[in-house]
Amino acid sequence: MSHATSPRFKDNARAALADAELQNALKFVEVNFVARRREVADKLPEFDALRDSARDIKNHTLAHLDLYLEAYEAKVLAAGGHVHYAETAEDARRIILDLCKSFGAKTVTKGKSMVAEEIGLNDHLEANGIAPIETDLGEYIIQLRHEMPSHIIAPAVHLTKAQIEADFRRVHTHLPADRNLVEPTSLLAEARAVLREKFLAADVGITGANFLIAETGTSVIVTNEGNGDLTQTLPKAHIVLASIEKLVPTLEDMSQLMRVLARSATGQEMSVYTTLSTGPRRPVDPDGPSDYHVVILDNGRSSMLGGDFRDMLRCIRCGACMNHCPVYHAVGGHAYGSVYPGPMGAVLTPSLIGIDQAGHLPNASTFCGRCEEVCPVRIPLPRMMRSWREREFERHLSPLTVRTGLGLWGFFVRRPRLYGLATALMARLLALIGRRHGRFGWLPLASGWTRSRDFPAPEGATFQAQWKARSTKR
Amino acid sequence: MADPAKRVGLFVTCLVDLIRPSVGFAAVKLLEDAGCSVAVPLQSCCGQPAFNSGDRRTARAVAEQVIEAFAPYDYVVAPSGSCAGMLKVHYPELFQGDPNWQPRADAFAAKTWELVSFLVDVLGVARVDASFEGTATYHDSCSGLRELGVRVQPRRLLGTVRGLALKEMRDADVCCGFGGTFCVKYPEISDAIVGKKAADVSATGAELLIAGDLGCLMNMAGKLQRDGKPVEVRHVAEVLAGMTAGPAIGVAAQRTEP
Repeated sequence: MSHATSPRFKDNARAALADAELQNALKFVEVNFVARRREVADKLPEFDALRDSARDIKNHTLAHLDLYLEAYEAKVLAAGGHVHYAETAEDARRIILDLCKSFGAKTVTKGKSMVAEEIGLNDHLEANGIAPIETDLGEYIIQLRHEMPSHIIAPAVHLTKAQIEADFRRVHTHLPADRNLVEPTSLLAEARAVLREKFLAADVGITGANFLIAETGTSVIVTNEGNGDLTQTLPKAHIVLASIEKLVPTLEDMSQLMRVLARSATGQEMSVYTTLSTGPRRPVDPDGPSDYHVVILDNGRSSMLGGDFRDMLRCIRCGACMNHCPVYHAVGGHAYGSVYPGPMGAVLTPSLIGIDQAGHLPNASTFCGRCEEVCPVRIPLPRMMRSWREREFERHLSPLTVRTGLGLWGFFVRRPRLYGLATALMARLLALIGRRHGRFGWLPLASGWTRSRDFPAPEGATFQAQWKARSTKR
Repeated sequence: MADPAKRVGLFVTCLVDLIRPSVGFAAVKLLEDAGCSVAVPLQSCCGQPAFNSGDRRTARAVAEQVIEAFAPYDYVVAPSGSCAGMLKVHYPELFQGDPNWQPRADAFAAKTWELVSFLVDVLGVARVDASFEGTATYHDSCSGLRELGVRVQPRRLLGTVRGLALKEMRDADVCCGFGGTFCVKYPEISDAIVGKKAADVSATGAELLIAGDLGCLMNMAGKLQRDGKPVEVRHVAEVLAGMTAGPAIGVAAQRTEP
């Protein structure tokens, strides 16, 4: 994430708001994702109980993470696979590059993986002469455009169909220029045809994991396109890249979490493909990779285990928080300037790149609480965004205007009598000036508000002044 | 007729105090009509701006002051889900683990209510004596809805206002983009969000927009007025108390002098 633009969030947001095509594309999130989740959640009376159980499974796992990691590793080894621990993003890149080189890889296919985005894997492989091919349609599209994903489960959700069609025509120059790409399915078919050859040519397949199961040493991926299956079974080596919090104790626990994952994410009861991999191909297996490696990434997560942000490690990356976020709906995922957008990103990103870089993200929230309301593992996202604001304030990183304004306000608020006198004066003055129209079209120090909204004029004397007068009269 | 067991301290909220005192008087009327005796101790703000800006120390100082000022009353009632949420949900968070203050904050939280929730859930008020001729739509403010469970109570009481027809807007439970300091720190995003809200309000064709938080109301009224949409905007307390004769939010008083 060397190219994080999170410090420029305000500029990013301004550009996003002015981008008509983006605004058009974002309606899909605001309308469809929300409605679909609502529908499947309503159909399942035990949905809220399942969320409690999902939260409890994750909490239990995090409390005993060391034990489950050991148990998981032992099972992977027993199945003939290998486990590598990467403390940093750089470690993970190096381990994966070394593995790819050891297999003599020229091209690698990739299943969708946010952790791979987090460590900037594609750029690193490319810089070392290995061609990574994204096989998830959304990831494939943003790879063509050299963009970051704008959503954790729908990486190209910021694009309209017309933009994707233009990209395909630009890149797939070997295909007839007059081909018909009007139907969305024709875009899908074209991507499939292009990718099929890549699947067959790839030396290594790299996938993420939705879960790692300690009981069996299994990695689990959940997809809708089946691309993950081809990625991990066709090449001679399969590398799983996953972060430490993907661990769950048992198959039963995984199936519990699966019941809330797709429902919260896409509003499906189940995703189309759920694939479990345990070790490399055995002699009796008709196919599968002959080498199976798991790279487990920490990248700052173990330091979150003991602190204010521990609950964030429950996240199962469903995207429900961003799907329901009014700020995400307004500016989209790229404005956040890092791989994890929306509310979960506003909490996680400062852990990864520092609050000095990502300070805007936990601030750019109205604290409406809709993210926490839909989170399948009940992460208190607003509370943790507030914790980041506290860190920022303690370290004097908040903007000077905010600190000065708060200081002045705090002085009066802690002296209610003086506050009463000051507000009484202000209310009368503003009421007098605003008497004619009942509102202001412009106010000093409030131009952010009045640029696009009127501001109501006070009625006159403050409530407390009137109440006091009324009480003395009585 | 005041029942000595129902001494209510009104937390009027800083916005109502400064901008729209009539909401405070509407709250007083509703509480008195329901048999409460109402007092208004000296107060300023609930401390939310500091709390949400990460300034926990100031937030605590303000919270201590509020808890002490309202100690004499059986109940604390606020005509705002946001401020009541601060008092009821976040004050106990602020003092967590403090042997002196945590019990006081917990006791304070237990006696604190959002106005309409207090009327319906605590006092059992089932109807109001008020009328308003026309169609209204109700916006659920976020904190009241998600922190305090205020959703059916205002709709139930509004249903007893003579002449008022309630028409639900699309996404009534989605944030209006106010967000306290958010609207000042990120005004463009706030404006984009309230723009959608204003469109949803207008689409109902309602003459009146009602909500339970003055911050949200000012934000929505300001946007509707800037866009030239002829929708009246009022606090739920005004409508339930039958105090809708005066000018709506952001509207000038009728001038009587020539």
